[in-house]
Amino acid sequence: MKFTWFNLMPWPYLPDDFREKNRSVWVDIDQKLFDPVKSHEVYNTYMDLLEYADTLGFDGVGVNEHHQNGYGIMPSPNIIAAGLARRTKDAAIVVLGNSIALYNPPVRVAEEFAMLDCISGGRLVAGFPVGTSMDTNYCYGQIPSLTREKYQEAHDLIIKAWTTREPFAFNGRYNKLRHVNIWPRPIQQPHPPVHIPGGGSVETYDFCIDNTYSYSYLSFSGYLRAQALMNGYWKRVEERGVDKSPYRAGFAQTILVADTDEEAERLYSEHVSYFYNRCLHVYPGFADAPGYRTIKTIQTGALSQYAPPRGGYTQLTWKELTEQGHVIAGSPETVRQRMEDLIKGLNVGNIFCLMHVGNMPADKCMYSTKLFAEKVMPKLRNMFPDWDTDNRFWTSPLDKRVSSGRLPKEAPTGADLAKAYGVEA
Amino acid sequence: MELKTVQTPHVPVRYFEGGTGPDLVYLHGAGGVTAEDPFLGALAASHHVYAPLVPGYGDSEEAPEIRDMLDFTLHTWDVVEALGLKDPILVGHSMGGMIAAEMAAIAPNDVSRLALIAPAGLWDDAHPVPDLFATLPFEMPALLFHDAEAGAAMMTAGRNVEDPGFLQAYLVTNARQLGMAGRILFPIPERGLSTRLYRIKARTVLIWGDSDRLMPPVYAHAFKKGIAGAQLVSIPEAGHMVIVEQTAAVVEAIGRLG
Repeated sequence: MKFTWFNLMPWPYLPDDFREKNRSVWVDIDQKLFDPVKSHEVYNTYMDLLEYADTLGFDGVGVNEHHQNGYGIMPSPNIIAAGLARRTKDAAIVVLGNSIALYNPPVRVAEEFAMLDCISGGRLVAGFPVGTSMDTNYCYGQIPSLTREKYQEAHDLIIKAWTTREPFAFNGRYNKLRHVNIWPRPIQQPHPPVHIPGGGSVETYDFCIDNTYSYSYLSFSGYLRAQALMNGYWKRVEERGVDKSPYRAGFAQTILVADTDEEAERLYSEHVSYFYNRCLHVYPGFADAPGYRTIKTIQTGALSQYAPPRGGYTQLTWKELTEQGHVIAGSPETVRQRMEDLIKGLNVGNIFCLMHVGNMPADKCMYSTKLFAEKVMPKLRNMFPDWDTDNRFWTSPLDKRVSSGRLPKEAPTGADLAKAYGVEA
Repeated sequence: MELKTVQTPHVPVRYFEGGTGPDLVYLHGAGGVTAEDPFLGALAASHHVYAPLVPGYGDSEEAPEIRDMLDFTLHTWDVVEALGLKDPILVGHSMGGMIAAEMAAIAPNDVSRLALIAPAGLWDDAHPVPDLFATLPFEMPALLFHDAEAGAAMMTAGRNVEDPGFLQAYLVTNARQLGMAGRILFPIPERGLSTRLYRIKARTVLIWGDSDRLMPPVYAHAFKKGIAGAQLVSIPEAGHMVIVEQTAAVVEAIGRLG
């Protein structure tokens, strides 16, 4: 099993009446609600928490990309990842990911991901999302019905840039480049493992299967509601005649651990409510630009997860959110049982643990994270013994890695250098 | 009106044909057009009307290879060619007006009569065109009609929103139609037309509803300024769907082209 500690980086100061007074948390969210001074502490706390997860033995630390978004203040995940590459030791740096249709030219992603892989010693997991309609179409102006074609071309260009050992010309529809020759290139060969976040687009299943990429379903509505979608994915895997390694799939789940079920509710319910009631308040007009989803996908009935459930999330209580599996919360034993159901039910080897939720303060987040790492994670390690050696979807770091803080405490003297380099004084 | 098919180099194109009189090609807006459209019927009383559907509209085949403004413009010229027409009266509404203006700009010697009804294609920072692609269905009537209430009744007539198949069919239609329209209208309905307007030689009539809230009448003046000799016909008590709200007045204005 691979457990990645994931932080969406929500803005924790949305007012109580946010929902009533604002039409959307995304795209046209009120500028005045962001306070740059407060963000200084918010960013640093969130990065501290990601680093903390590394010290507890999580397999990965995860970041993602959103734009103009009140629950994700990470328009450039690579900036956060660069900090993590320096300040973490063993965890994979899971960037899930860069919306590659938005980078011009996408060679930029090949370069920045290569830098992250080099700095981290081969610990990068590269995510290539198409990007939500809010980010890609409404914030970044990509034409909805051409987004997938542009994405595909960006993907082909990046992989070619990573794997070609001499300069080449790339005559794409969206990218005309005479001299592609990225410098640096990644440590991991032939390239870092690739995870593709998807939300039920059937074309994405085949894309992952064809390229041996892991399919990640990043849902906020929990594992019970994900069953139908993941069944569709595994059915396709079977049809295509490839193995059913659980590492072909990943799933994001909000997880909150306390000493007892009651304590979990007492400690965390307000933060869960903050997330589901304020952070997911997306104006439906931004949820799904016409043409963004393919006809085939619409016909399978996969609607945007940003189209809220009938009646909206506001009516969901803690009890409903936990019972319906949006959130897995409770004592270590409760969480273990439900995680086992999730892992077996969905057949997923990669879990993106959403362990910071809404406006949760750092102390509660550390408490929950530590309990999960010490009392839950070890018991879930051996869920797929048959696939223990399957490393196609995970990192292959260097054995000998360096990290920050390796310089001597004092600058050497001239005499030291003379001695070191054998020059006569 | 009769629904027919004509082959073009890209795709078979569906079009409505009917009426007698001078040849007239009508290019529909982003909402599409149907055989029952009263505007088509009114035009057909005095013209031989051809109303081709943009690929993906109605039951027509999609054309993934038509991606940008030049593709749309040349494709529509292909349609005119395939229909065997020579210098028809060229009429376009909204998105169709944008395409018609581009056609007249790119081939100024082939278009002598042009009617642009609340065309898209220009942008003024001081008067941003509302984002059609972020507008919910229930918000549409207020944007499109002078009389929003009557417009809403018209838009929902015959639709059963309780039908479980309705939403899916609606989303598929939107993805096909507005997905295609988005290639020239998203996120800002401007693809450089202002730099080409000067090329238009056609006798041009601009037709605008006074209370157009989608394409505010300030744009009428920008078009008038850009096209030499263009005549502006402003129609009271009409919004963006002036063709529906004041059908006779629009047909009369087109009639001025001879």
